Amino acid sequence: MVGIKSYGVYIPYFRLSRAEVAKSWGGYPYPGERAVANYDEDTITMAVAACRDCIRGFDPQEVDSLFLASTTFPYGEKQSSSMVAAAVDLKKDALTLDLSGSLKSGTVGVRLAFDAIRSGSAKSALVSASDMRMGLPSGSKELEFGDGASAFFLGDTEVIATIDSFYTSNEDLFDVFRPVEENYIRSWEDRFCREVGYNRVVLETVTAAAKKFKFTARDFTKAVLYAPNTGYLTGVARMLGFDLKTQVQDSLFNTIGNTGTALSLMMLASALDEAKPGDKILWVGYGDGCDVMVLTVTDEITKIQSRKTVQKHLASKNSLSYPKYLRWRSVIKTEPPMRPRPEPASAVALYRDRKCGMALYGVKCRQCGTVQYPVQRVCMNCLAKDNFEDYRFADRIGRITTFSHDNLAVSPDPPSTIAAVDFEEGGRIMMDVTDRDPAEIKIGMPVEMTFRHIRYVEGIHNYWWKCRPVR
Amino acid sequence: MESIKDKVAIVGMGCTKFGENWDKSYDDMIIEAVYEAYEDAGMDPRNIQAYWIGSYWSGMPAPSQPLSAILKVGYKPVTRIENMCATASDALRSAAYAVASGVCDIALAIGAEKLKDSGFSGLPTDEIAMGITSTAPNTFRSRNFTAPGHFAMMATSYFNKYGLSPEEGRRMLAKIMVKNHHNGTLSPKAHFQREITIEQVLNAPMIAWPLGLFDCCGVSDGAAAAILVREEKAKSFRKDPVYIKALQIAVGPQEGYMNPRHDWTMVKETYHAGLAAYAEAGVKNPRNDVSMAEVHDCFSITEAVTYEDLQFTRRGGAKEEVDSGTFELTGDLPVNMDGGLKCFGHPIGATGLRMMYEIYKQVQGKAGPRQVKNPGLGLTHNLGGTPGGATVSVCIVGP
Repeated sequence: MVGIKSYGVYIPYFRLSRAEVAKSWGGYPYPGERAVANYDEDTITMAVAACRDCIRGFDPQEVDSLFLASTTFPYGEKQSSSMVAAAVDLKKDALTLDLSGSLKSGTVGVRLAFDAIRSGSAKSALVSASDMRMGLPSGSKELEFGDGASAFFLGDTEVIATIDSFYTSNEDLFDVFRPVEENYIRSWEDRFCREVGYNRVVLETVTAAAKKFKFTARDFTKAVLYAPNTGYLTGVARMLGFDLKTQVQDSLFNTIGNTGTALSLMMLASALDEAKPGDKILWVGYGDGCDVMVLTVTDEITKIQSRKTVQKHLASKNSLSYPKYLRWRSVIKTEPPMRPRPEPASAVALYRDRKCGMALYGVKCRQCGTVQYPVQRVCMNCLAKDNFEDYRFADRIGRITTFSHDNLAVSPDPPSTIAAVDFEEGGRIMMDVTDRDPAEIKIGMPVEMTFRHIRYVEGIHNYWWKCRPVR
Repeated sequence: MESIKDKVAIVGMGCTKFGENWDKSYDDMIIEAVYEAYEDAGMDPRNIQAYWIGSYWSGMPAPSQPLSAILKVGYKPVTRIENMCATASDALRSAAYAVASGVCDIALAIGAEKLKDSGFSGLPTDEIAMGITSTAPNTFRSRNFTAPGHFAMMATSYFNKYGLSPEEGRRMLAKIMVKNHHNGTLSPKAHFQREITIEQVLNAPMIAWPLGLFDCCGVSDGAAAAILVREEKAKSFRKDPVYIKALQIAVGPQEGYMNPRHDWTMVKETYHAGLAAYAEAGVKNPRNDVSMAEVHDCFSITEAVTYEDLQFTRRGGAKEEVDSGTFELTGDLPVNMDGGLKCFGHPIGATGLRMMYEIYKQVQGKAGPRQVKNPGLGLTHNLGGTPGGATVSVCIVGP
């Protein structure tokens, strides 16, 4: 049976309290907080994190395809899924595809993956959704949106949940939309968006699916329904006949916010964290139409649940001030530092450096066994020339040997914490430390590797790896 | 392998005032330093046979030709040299080797840097300075490190290894900076010429924890020059030439960036350059045989670690030596008599020859209020790069 083998999420470390934002603008105080990507994160880095979380324990080289969904890809022309594939270290002949435009691109991706596996064109597929949508300051969207990513690994062996049926609809409607030349999401009046958009489309599509597959609300242990906020969710769940107390999966609105394409996958991950073998799940994605899926949880679920990946990410957090949020997302302009302008990248150098840079490969000397980063031609220990095997650092834990908090370095989150990071089986990498509270940094502290956005100069986004305290 | 010892003499030197020389160009400073050296040696400019110009950023991308135009050298060999912050020391070394080889009789070594035309605080591009853009595998995926950040990591590690709390460690470093500021007040060409207190150092804004503003050297403009001749000709120019005893340079393979065995509590390149220089000069006991030193105090921690790397004291011994005043002007082994990089300033490509200018004046007994008693061998220690990967020059000269 084709289904889900594994799942992962990425919720950024920083949270913005909605009450904190309301202090600046007044108005109705929204409850809870929203997740905010660090200044060095974007759709790509969050997708990489979610994919790595998802395929822990699997060999990345076994992944046959990657479908990446987002409405906030960094390039109009240049594929994001191939960038994620490089960082996650997928094989060269993996099929990569970007899915965009609709907030239900994530559920569409799962369907495409399912179809590819069932047709035999792929044995496995990774589906990831990642978004960081922007609302203008002082508006409800800024408060409601959250940043995050999720990923599902599909295959036809050892699945934790089977996908039993699909139904879909498409819809041409101006409810929530963003012209390509704009950065901020627009929407029509909320009453229209809710009544003619969300409620009508979800209701019509689920009703049609129920008719086709002969199910009723009572057949499901959980309804995992994409919803931009709690009000939308409870409204539509009630109309569909679900018991709000027992059957409806939380929308994560109070803890993360609406993560766009990532949300429906993230909610399903949350549901799977708590699911029991035999549970039936109704899964609904929405955006320019609606996707409906029916899943059945298998006995395999117990093997993976100890991860509690959503809970782990929710618990690991730090609060962010509103001005810092505005700076990190370039909503406000800050005075440029009296420092040299960042130099533009060379596409040629990036090409040569792709494995060492994007996938964090170093080398291990075949003659003396010394592990080294970056890639060397001559061994630093025994001077053997060109006698190395590849050695990947990305999934290894390092320890901080020494560090500094640098105020001269240009950073949107000063000071810039920098460290020499040593690895148990050898190797040292000089790295920035991110997602950190400077006061917690100590010599000997364990750190994990995280793929981050380094700079954007003249049209080229550069990415590399940083370390962070283990989450 | 032969030694350079006593084969080459310095017969003339010049040095501009270091600082924010808003009204002087790179060319102006070169002319000032070089003409002071001509005058000091009583040298007709037409007699110079070869030129080495050291600069790190200035005059790029081709500083050799402009030097000929600035000085009107007239169809002689001119070579531009770069070796990070040890650039001027390498210009001196190259010129001295040419003289020692006999292929020329009189050579001029210059170091010059114009930093303050950039409009930036700090150095113009740290990426280049830190060797990041030149290390191909990391090209444009650089870490966000500056020079203070790198040296601060040495302080963090040093404090940790020797059991100093950040407060104790920072106080030790503050004392070094207070010393160099005091020496700077006696140095008319120094960038900074005022006394500071330990409390000022400790309360100053943090640049890169644990290093504050006063732990960092000045970013300055300046130039310095030296005229070199063969030993047997030296006395024909002046009665008190200064003889070169050792010229060594050690360039590390950036072990600190890659090798977990490198613990960032020392600069290995300094240790190795020191060993080689002591062997070349015949120095058996550096603490006793060297009578003064100009060391590369780009940051306070660098001077502290250099005491140990140059074997002026044992490993971990910097604090007790600082507390007992060993390296003060009146101490056993005065260090940075002219204020060092901290106060004299640090125009990258000029610094090595500025250090030599001070030792040269001290050996000749012309250092005024900073004069060290009974000057014997003087040492310059010029460091480029970072503790993780450095170019270090150690030169020893004497009467």
